[in-house]
Amino acid sequence: MPMIELRNVSKWYGSFQVLDDCTTSVGKGEVVVVCGPSGSGKSTLIKAVNGLEPFQKGEIVVNGVSVGDPKTDLPKLRAHIGMVFQNFELFPHMSITRNLTLGQVKVLGRSQEEAEAKGMKLLDRVGLLSQKDKFPGQLSGGQQQRVAIARALSMDPIAMLFDEPTSALDPEMINEVLDVMVELAREGMTMMVVTHEMGFARKVAHRVVFMDHGQIVEDCTKDEFFGSVRSERAQTFLSKILHH
Amino acid sequence: MDWKVLLEQAPSGGMTYLGWLWSGLFWTLAVSLCAWVIAFSVGSVVGVARTVPLRVPRAVATAYVELFRNIPLLVQMFLWYFVMPELVPKAWGDWLKQDMPNLLTLPFAAQFSLWEFTAAVLCLGLYTASRVAEQVRSGIQSLSVGQTNAGLAMGLTLPQVYRHVTLPMAYRIVIPPMTSEFLTIFKNSSTALTIGVLELTAQSRQISEYTFKTFEAFTAATLIYIVITMTVIFAMRALESRVAVPGYIAQGGGR
Repeated sequence: MPMIELRNVSKWYGSFQVLDDCTTSVGKGEVVVVCGPSGSGKSTLIKAVNGLEPFQKGEIVVNGVSVGDPKTDLPKLRAHIGMVFQNFELFPHMSITRNLTLGQVKVLGRSQEEAEAKGMKLLDRVGLLSQKDKFPGQLSGGQQQRVAIARALSMDPIAMLFDEPTSALDPEMINEVLDVMVELAREGMTMMVVTHEMGFARKVAHRVVFMDHGQIVEDCTKDEFFGSVRSERAQTFLSKILHH
Repeated sequence: MDWKVLLEQAPSGGMTYLGWLWSGLFWTLAVSLCAWVIAFSVGSVVGVARTVPLRVPRAVATAYVELFRNIPLLVQMFLWYFVMPELVPKAWGDWLKQDMPNLLTLPFAAQFSLWEFTAAVLCLGLYTASRVAEQVRSGIQSLSVGQTNAGLAMGLTLPQVYRHVTLPMAYRIVIPPMTSEFLTIFKNSSTALTIGVLELTAQSRQISEYTFKTFEAFTAATLIYIVITMTVIFAMRALESRVAVPGYIAQGGGR
């Protein structure tokens, strides 16, 4: 059974359809890259996976739990799915250490010492242990995003969702974030990644999902996607994005 | 100018005219600070309620704000003081009007009853709460929705997100406009004189009537108000720098 499964998911904002019958899945240990032009619904799709975006039709099952079911304990489900956002979304009024321990203490019920030990281990892993007493506003974008990844990992997630993690970064900071993600992928983390970084997709993705106008146009292995994409829309998109 | 008049014995209260001013200052502070406690707590709850994704609390909070901010403060004073006792069962109304203790027995003797004080505090507090609520709401809405999402995504419940993520930043952001509300409550407390609370403005008017020293009486009141408001301004500035977030530059965001 896949870790994340989406079946015929549709969503409307009023009469405008943002997701149109989307079906795909992410298996355990699999890395799936979701790409497509802006406005294609990829961010909405990934936010639907942990219930941040409600949807009207279809079903999303994460680790055997239905996300759309009103009886589902969403906080409990979300606690085990890490999420990384385009704008980092560290909590600006908390030190880096508190950013890393808040969820562990308040959600998982860990002691402060235990949470700090875990947080510092992960902060060290993303190479930012020396920044532990600083505040998010004192860090560069790339550093903030690495902290955000460490924060998500501190909850011992069973899967990680990345929503355009490098889109808000200056070019010279993109690689420091991608490096952390590549390492994570190679360790076998289950990952769903919305990104335009085709280099990342080539390096670690197992599958690539291409979206346009709220529909999943392509859902194939990495080699198929970069080798012989079938749809014209995907080809146009690729030719535009690969030329820089 | 004849400032010595303030040291003359006043016709009532067993004190000098300066004593009247002190008494007025005491009641201005008492009305304003009690009203601020109501304004800040009710305003915070209403302001939060206006931002939650639940229809009923949002509608109730919106109705509250529109009701209290659209009636002139002076009219609200009269509504609380004159009309409210007529709307409750007769026995309660009579109790409010006649049997609430007279404040003569308290220090800073004042010739009005606890009902006048209570009506003034409720009126000013609940009116200002509608304004505080709007400040709190705008503070919350100035944060990007991503902050809420980040809190929810790590498994916090919505109340926990407000408690740990949104409100700490929202309150920091609205310290400057909140300072204005806090200042305004001291100045608006002067409307309590219309329902018989002998606060600072009422006392200075009384002094001017008894002594004909209009300039001295109102200048003294003006100076005392300025001392109060300057104290508030400096206290709020100190608070602002104490809770300032290192490295944080306000970043607007849609919601």
